[in-house]
Formats: sequence, structure tokens, C-alpha cells
Amino acid sequence: MVGFGGRFLGRHGASILTIGCLSISTLLAGLAFARIGLHKEVCVVDCFPWIHSGALQMNWGFLFDSLTVTMLLTVSVVATLVHIYSVGYMSNDPHQPRFMAYLSLFTFFMFILVSADNYIQMFVGWEGVGLCSYLLIGFWQSRIQANKAAIKAIVVNRIGDFGFILAIGAIYMVFRSVHFETIFATLPYFSGSGFETFIVLNKEFSTLGVICILLFIGAMAKSAQIGLHTWLPDAMEGPTPVSALIHAATMVTAGVFMIIRSSPLFEHAPQVLSIVTLVGALTAFFAATTGLVQNDLKKVIAYSTCSQLGYMIFACGISNYTVSIFHLMNHAFFKALLFLGAGCVIHALGDEQDMRRMGALVKFIPLTYIMMVIGSLSLMGFPFLTGFYSKDVILEVAYAKYTMSGHFAYWLGIVSAFFTAFYSFRLLYLTFLNEANASRKDMEHVHDAPFSMAFPLLILALGSVFIGYLAKDMMIGLGTDFWGNSIYIASDNLSAVDSEFIPLCVKWAPVLLSLAGAIIALVSYSFFSSRFAAVARTRGFRSIYHFLSRKWYFDLIYNELVVRPVLFFGYHISFKVIDRGLIEIFGPYGLSASIGRSAKILSSLQTGFVYNYAFVMVLGVIALLAVVTQWLPVILDLRLIGLLFLALFFLLSKRHNLTKYME
Amino acid sequence: MAILSSVLLLPVVGTLIAFFIPAKRVKVIKMVGLYTSLATFLLSLFLWILFDKSTTQFQFVEHFSWLSFANINIYIGLDGVSIFFVLLTTFLIPICFLAGWDSIKTHIKEYIICFLLLESFLNAVFSVLDIVVFYIFFESVLIPMFIIIGVWGSRERKIHAAYQFFLYTLMGSVLFLFAIMIVYFESGTTDISLLGITSFSEERQRLLWLAFFASFAVKVPLVPFHIWLPEAHVEAPTAGSVILAGILLKLGGYGFLRFSIPIFPEASRYYIPLIYTIGSLGIIYASLTTLRQIDLKKIIAYSSVAHMSLVILGIFSINIQGLEGGVLLMLSHGLVSSALFLCVGVLYDRHHTRLIEYYGGVVNVMPVYATLFLFFTCANMSFPGTSSFVGEILVILGLFQSNSSIAFLAVCGAVVGAAYSIWLYNRISFGPFRLRAAAAMDIQRREFVILAPLAIVTLLMGVYPELFLDYIHSSTSFLL
Repeated sequence: MVGFGGRFLGRHGASILTIGCLSISTLLAGLAFARIGLHKEVCVVDCFPWIHSGALQMNWGFLFDSLTVTMLLTVSVVATLVHIYSVGYMSNDPHQPRFMAYLSLFTFFMFILVSADNYIQMFVGWEGVGLCSYLLIGFWQSRIQANKAAIKAIVVNRIGDFGFILAIGAIYMVFRSVHFETIFATLPYFSGSGFETFIVLNKEFSTLGVICILLFIGAMAKSAQIGLHTWLPDAMEGPTPVSALIHAATMVTAGVFMIIRSSPLFEHAPQVLSIVTLVGALTAFFAATTGLVQNDLKKVIAYSTCSQLGYMIFACGISNYTVSIFHLMNHAFFKALLFLGAGCVIHALGDEQDMRRMGALVKFIPLTYIMMVIGSLSLMGFPFLTGFYSKDVILEVAYAKYTMSGHFAYWLGIVSAFFTAFYSFRLLYLTFLNEANASRKDMEHVHDAPFSMAFPLLILALGSVFIGYLAKDMMIGLGTDFWGNSIYIASDNLSAVDSEFIPLCVKWAPVLLSLAGAIIALVSYSFFSSRFAAVARTRGFRSIYHFLSRKWYFDLIYNELVVRPVLFFGYHISFKVIDRGLIEIFGPYGLSASIGRSAKILSSLQTGFVYNYAFVMVLGVIALLAVVTQWLPVILDLRLIGLLFLALFFLLSKRHNLTKYME
Repeated sequence: MAILSSVLLLPVVGTLIAFFIPAKRVKVIKMVGLYTSLATFLLSLFLWILFDKSTTQFQFVEHFSWLSFANINIYIGLDGVSIFFVLLTTFLIPICFLAGWDSIKTHIKEYIICFLLLESFLNAVFSVLDIVVFYIFFESVLIPMFIIIGVWGSRERKIHAAYQFFLYTLMGSVLFLFAIMIVYFESGTTDISLLGITSFSEERQRLLWLAFFASFAVKVPLVPFHIWLPEAHVEAPTAGSVILAGILLKLGGYGFLRFSIPIFPEASRYYIPLIYTIGSLGIIYASLTTLRQIDLKKIIAYSSVAHMSLVILGIFSINIQGLEGGVLLMLSHGLVSSALFLCVGVLYDRHHTRLIEYYGGVVNVMPVYATLFLFFTCANMSFPGTSSFVGEILVILGLFQSNSSIAFLAVCGAVVGAAYSIWLYNRISFGPFRLRAAAAMDIQRREFVILAPLAIVTLLMGVYPELFLDYIHSSTSFLL
């Protein structure tokens, strides 16, 4: 799985090796899917011991159930295709073997993540993919933007890890185990009438609520939910295959996967579920609106990813984990298709990413255009394409929840669907249909993708069209037993049946709205562009535009309110004032200076007259007597011990001087 | 079968041999140093192999009568905790010799002698079971270290650093000595295993505990007593930093484990809030300070402060996960921070500056170095699969059971830890290349031989920590 000897293999060797290994693992994943997913043979592999300490007995172990194999299959298929694609895309890069090695390493960690049988091992994969994402975002390491984005990605992810680690701590404290099986089996004993509460920062919370919130913080960072999403758009600085593999299809869905994996925990913490719903819905809405005004081709798709992740998260929040993972799988296909298509465009134009400098490409690269159209239609949930089957169901079940949060999610969801269609068609129009805006020199070089890049696109396009239809009944059909025990839904949270009985207009609203969005986008850009521009120049519209294009000012707020003060503290307060100031003065410097000074004072005491010495001696004796008789009870107070010690020091030294003189 | 005493004395023998070789024959002296330390390492491996992990008793015990009229005798032995510190010492010393192979150009004979003596003292500190003898070696470690910083340090400021280092450690030691006297007069013995079953009154325990604490806290170093560490690290030669970070800092933690907790159990519980406050403050404070440092060595030094605070929090969580995690994290920090200092040394040997600003784009010319450096950076931020992760997760699990708020603060430090580690790596390895290309060549065979074993052990300890944890179990459970 890892081809790290890239240096010795050379360019072709590295590509062939990694692709070969990955194809094998894809085949194996397919086999595993057939056996475990279709034949229901849950399989646990226990390797050698890892950490044993007291009650904590943990081995390296792997758990393969339906959930795992679904993820495995998705990840390995997309990863293989992206590997093949990279051979073409990175063919001019001198560091291609390193790139392939990183990609393979990433895939390896992703496999660890999805197949772990305990939380700590899952964390291994979790951190591993984070690291690979850092390396891959910063792959073009001479670009300062790429470096900044890479650091940002790993630091924001680390905030999520903070939640995850604390969650592991809490889980261990409650369950005395970190294994999924043990935790989920003993769970009912802890959820009864909230008997187990738990003190964090001197406040009482219900245990499971705290655990789930912490886990959700982890998921928020990984899956780029609102508040911790800022790294994802910036991560587009990485090479495009990376964006397709990591920031669309696999790594960002790790958070969703983790929530689904922990579904029994979340089911026992209903308050957290509604938080999850709210956050997911807000993310979907926020990212869709921001995506409307981005000019960078990849950033539009990135915000779209963010928005789709919001859908998955709120599907989890309303307890429809199966729909969520179904959408995850479908999304992997059509979003990878979109990214790889965008990669073709960028490649064709000589690394130009700004949509305002594209246009009319439909005549030059028709194949890519077709692929992008399929991807976009699937993304906006056009009937009978893959995206339709999951996205529509998510919105339906959200409505069928008949709760506050469910409705909130539904309305935000369909508005986002409208925006999704709008930005998708804006993208298509600006890139392919608009009149040509690129320089002539660039346009002369435009060419359609070579075979190694076109082949993955074709496969993914097939997936984006058919996967939803094929897998719908198996994965989210009523009463399917595909998932077995891997997903748990509390019985009063089931809403799949209710969703069959919601009003017709509610059912149709998402599709109609997205069609409307698409049509409005096309019409307003192609026929009324001048009037559209006039509207765009009005003041109200401009302020909205600024608000959106600055990404709701998230970055600004974080920089001003978090990063600056922290850095300020780190240098001016902790280093300059305390370390270099207070501690040095009261520590070594103060000591050496004061010793010198007190030595001077002491030496001035050596007047040479006996009556002076006698006076000091009498004073000392009186003080000592006073100490022994009067203040002793006070001094026995522990707090004064330090003072006593110092006093003793001075008394002793004085008397020492005196006796020396007398001798 | 006097393996342990041979491990202690072998470096002294090496010292004697080196002493009688004329100072001009540099190469021979270096060889003597290297081979002596390697032989010591091999010998100490036998300790590991022959160690019986099922018992809580001290093993390889040897008695030498010394001041028998005062009931103070030299009494050495190992248990599951100390054996790894001895191993760490014997493992790092040959690496130190190799690290200074070319870069040390003056007083080579004295350099070798200093390090061999230091090795002997350190092994003695970790294996003596008598508190007075412990004190003697604990202090005598200072002398070669002081000389190493003062003589082979890099800049003028080294005198100041050596002075600070000495002053701080000495102040702690004075209190420690008083406390030892009180212990001796009260119980009439200085044997650790006897002291463990002597009970002191609680008031007395608190007083003595504070005195012990003063000494160990300086060594660890906990936050108000930490400023000697960055100074000393920056000024010390690479090998000096390695010893300082790798082993000397562990003396504090080892002292807490060996003395404070078993001898004063009630006082240790009484002072838990103090330790928690100082420790969590230390983690956050040191991590934030690290963010803004511009000197490579200072960054690693401040991050050491943060890591060691976490170790102390783990030890004082007083449960099995916390204790074992603390020990493991100390070992891991010994490997990782040493390796990072060596990495800095590699850069310093080539470019003679430690300021980050002058670096950039190292990955273009030194790919192997960049890979190793990345590995150790990840280990420093507790990347899973490396040794620090196992230690850190155990510490956090232990801490969470005893106080979840403190665990919260400790993990906050880990977030900042990732930020400074990766930022440092990024600024050095990536970005445009800024250095003189002539001086930039990838690491040589010698440097690879230094770094590779460290990487292997770090990985081994991360993936299969049972090799180490298994030995620690019985001793730590005995502590509780």
C-alpha cells in the first residue's frame, strides 16, 4: 500500500507500483464488500497488542462490517482513479514520485481510519490523513499561499483533534474501554435517566452529551462545518487531484463517518443531535451562499463540498445515518468528477483558475464539458441521477421529522439546493459557455484531456449517473438489512416511514427549486447580463456581495480575535515581561545583585566597635526570644514557613559574623 | 554477575584510558570514547534481557559498604522504571560522541572525559537506592554539565547560561540536602526501600515534600523555575543539548517517582492541586511562548518545558495510566527532543546560524534530512504511531479520570504544540531556498547513523510499546 521508495524507482516505476498496489486493494475491497456487505459476514481481525495499561487493554485490530466496507470500497475506487489521473496531471512535475507516495500514504491512513475497531486506532488514521493533507496541500512548497493553507489546515484540524482526544478520555473514563463493541454493548446501562453526570469546568453535564459534543467538535473540524470550515477553501492551493481525493471524496467525510460509526452514542444524546442538525443546516446554507460569489473555479467547488457536507451532517442529526452515508458515497463520485473535470480545465488553460478568464471552452474541450455537466446535474439533484436519490431523501426525512430542528434543516436545505443549482450553472456558464476571455496564447494550447485523465472521468461519470439508482434500495430502501448492527437508530427517531407520507409539494420542492436555480442562473447570465450587472451595482446588493465574498468575515474575526492576541501573549507577555522580566529579576539576576548589596551592608556593619556588636547581639537575642515565646504558634502556621526560613537565614548569618569577630 | 556495577564503572575505565593518552592523538581518544560508550550500551542491553518483569523487587542488587558507622551504604539496583533510564543514558552517549565528532575542535580529550564521567554519574543516579548517595551523584552530574556548557558552548553568553544553570539547580539542591538530613535523623536510615515503609507525620511530610519539590521542579523544569533551560540549551553544544534534554530533565520526573510519591504519599496527595495548577499553567504558557521564538534551539527547549509539564501532570494523576504514560512520555521525550536537537545541530554545522529567518526551502537540497526532520517533528506533536502519542494518550486518559478540567487545559497545549511544531518545520523546510547552496548538502553517513536509530526506536515504541510498558507495569502498580 505504500510506495515510499519513489526515489529509487523513478517516475514510471513509482506510478506503476502505486497504481498496481491500489488496484489490488480495490479488488480486495470489492471482495470484502461482497462478502461482508452482501453476505453479512462481519469480520474482526485482532493483530498484536498495542497499549496495555491497567484496565486499558488495546490491540491493533480491525473491524469490517457493512459500514466499513462501504467506505473502503468508495475510498479505494476514488483513490485508484485519482492515482491514474495524477499520472497525467502531474506528468510535468519533477516531484511526481513523491506526490504518488503521499497519495498512497494518505490512502493507507484512510483505510486505517475506516477499518479501526477502537477509537484510539481510529485516531491514528484521523491524524494520519490530516498529516498527509498537510503535505499534499503544501506540495508546491515554494508558494507562500500553499504553505499558509497547509499550516492552517493542520492547525484547525488539530482543534478538532482536541475534541476527539478529550472524547476518548471521557469515553475511557465512563466505559473503561475504547473498543466500539464494548462501548456500544454497555451503552444502555449508562443512558438510563441520566444517572451518570459529569463535571467539566465546574459545571455538571450529562456524560453522553459531553462525549458526543466533543466527538462532534472533532467531526466539525474534519468535515469543515461552520466555524471550523476555514481551512477547506484555502486547501484548494494543493494540486487538483488532491482536492478531488482528499478535500471532496474521502478525508473530509471522515467526520461524517465518525459520527455514523458512533451512532449509538449520538442516539443516546438527543440534545446533541439537534445541535448537529443546526450546525449541519447552517453550514449547508452558509457554504452555498458563499459559493455563489467565488471567482476561483476550485473554490466554488470547495464551498459546494462544504455545503454537501452540511447536508450529510444534518442527515446524521436527524438520525438518518443510512441516508447520510449513502449521500457520502454518491457525493464522493460526483464531487470527484467535478474536481477532476475542473482539473482538466485548469490543465488545459495552463494553470489558470479564475473563471472570469475562461469562457467558450465548450468548443475546445467538449468531453470535459460533458463530464462537468453530468457532475453538476448530479450535484444539484437532477431527477434520476445519483445525487437525486440521496439529497432528496435527506430533505424529505428532515421534513418528516416534524421537529423544530428538522424543519429548520428542511427550509435551509431547500434554499441551499436552489443556490447550489445557481452556482453550478454559473460555473458552467462562465467556464464553458461565456464568450472567450482568456488570452489568445492560452487558448491556442487548449486541448482535451489525455487518456490517463479522461479514463477516470468516464468511470466517475458512470458512477455519478448510475450508483444512486443501483444502490438505493440496498442502502436506504425501507426495511433493508444491509447495515446489520453497524448503525443504530433509536426506535423513536425513525422517520423513514413518515417520509413516505409527507405532502406532495414538500417532496417536489427541492427538485423544482434547484431547476429554478439552474434556469435563473443560465437566463440571467446569458440573456440579461447587462440588467443583472445594473442590479449588482446597487448599494444593497454590493454590501451583500461583499459579505459573501469575504466568506461571512470568518477569517477576519479569527485573525483579529484569536490569532493576534495569542501571538501577542506569546511574545510580549509570557516571554518579555515574565520570562525575561519578572522571573529573571526575582531569580538569578536579582539574587546576584542583592547578594552583592547585602554583603556591602553587612560589611558596613563591621564597624569594629564592641558596643555596636553588643547592640546587634542584644537585638538578635530579643528577637529570637520573641520568636520562640510569642510568635511560635503563629509561625507554626504552614503558610509562614517560607518566611521563617528566610528569617532564619539572616539571623544565622549575622550571628556567624559576630562569633567570628569575637574569636 | 555484576552487570550493573560494570555498567556503572565501564565509562570510568574509559576515562582513565583516555586520560593517559596524549592529547595530540585525537583520533585514538575519540575512538576510546566511542567504543567505551558502545560497550556500555551493549552491556546494558543485557540488563534488559535478563530483567524479570514479574516482580516488583529491585533487581541486580549489589551492596558496597561505605559509611557503615552512619548506616549509609552504596546500594544499587534497578526496577522497571529505572532500567529504561539507564538504557536511555547508555543509548544516547554514543550518539553524543558521534554528534560532536567533527564539530568539536578544542579540548577534545577533556570533552571525551567529561562525557564519559557524565555517563557514569547518570547511570549511578538512576540505579543507586540510597538517598544520600543519590544526592551526591545528583549534584555531581552538574559539574561535567557546567563545564560542557561553559567550555564548548557557542557564544559569549555561554558563561551567563552556565551560571544560571548552576545557580538554579544548586538552590533547589540546598533545600533537598536539608530535607535529606531531616529524613535521616528521623528514620535513621537512607535506604529507599526502608524509607518507603517508614511513616512520617503528615505535617512533616508536607514540609519535606516541598523541599524535595524545590529540587526536582528545577530539574524538570516546572514553570516558574524554567528559565535556565532555554538559556542553557541555546548555549550548549549539540551533544550537550542532547544530554540536557534527553536525560537531565528526566532526573526531576524520576525523583518524583522514586522519592516524593513513595516516601511521602499523603503529602503527594495534599499537593496535587499545586502540581495541577503549575503543570497546566506550564503547558499553556510554554506552548504560547514557543510560538514566538525565533531561535531553533529555543523553540525545542520551550516545547520541552511544555512536554515535561505534561509528564508531571501524568505522574501526579496517581493512577496507573497516568503514571505509565508519564514514564513513557519521559522516555519518548528523551528520544524525540534529542533527535530534534541533533537535527538542529546538522543545520548549524552547515550554516552556523540558528535563527529561523535565515532558513527556508531546505527540502530542495536535503531531502533525506527533511524526511527525518518531518518524522521527528511529528513525533514532537504526538503524532499517532510515534512514541510520544502512546505516552500522551495514556497521560490524558489518566488525567481525565482524576481531573477533567486539567485534562482540558493540557489538551489545549497540544493544539498549540501542533501549531508551533509544524510552523517551525514549514519555515525551515519549505518555501523558497534562502541559503548558500554550496554549504547545503544532504546528511552524511555519520549523521544518518545518528538519527536512524532514534527514528527506529521512536517508531518501535509507538507501534509496539509493550516492549517497554510490560516492564513498567509491576513497578508502577507497586507505587500506587
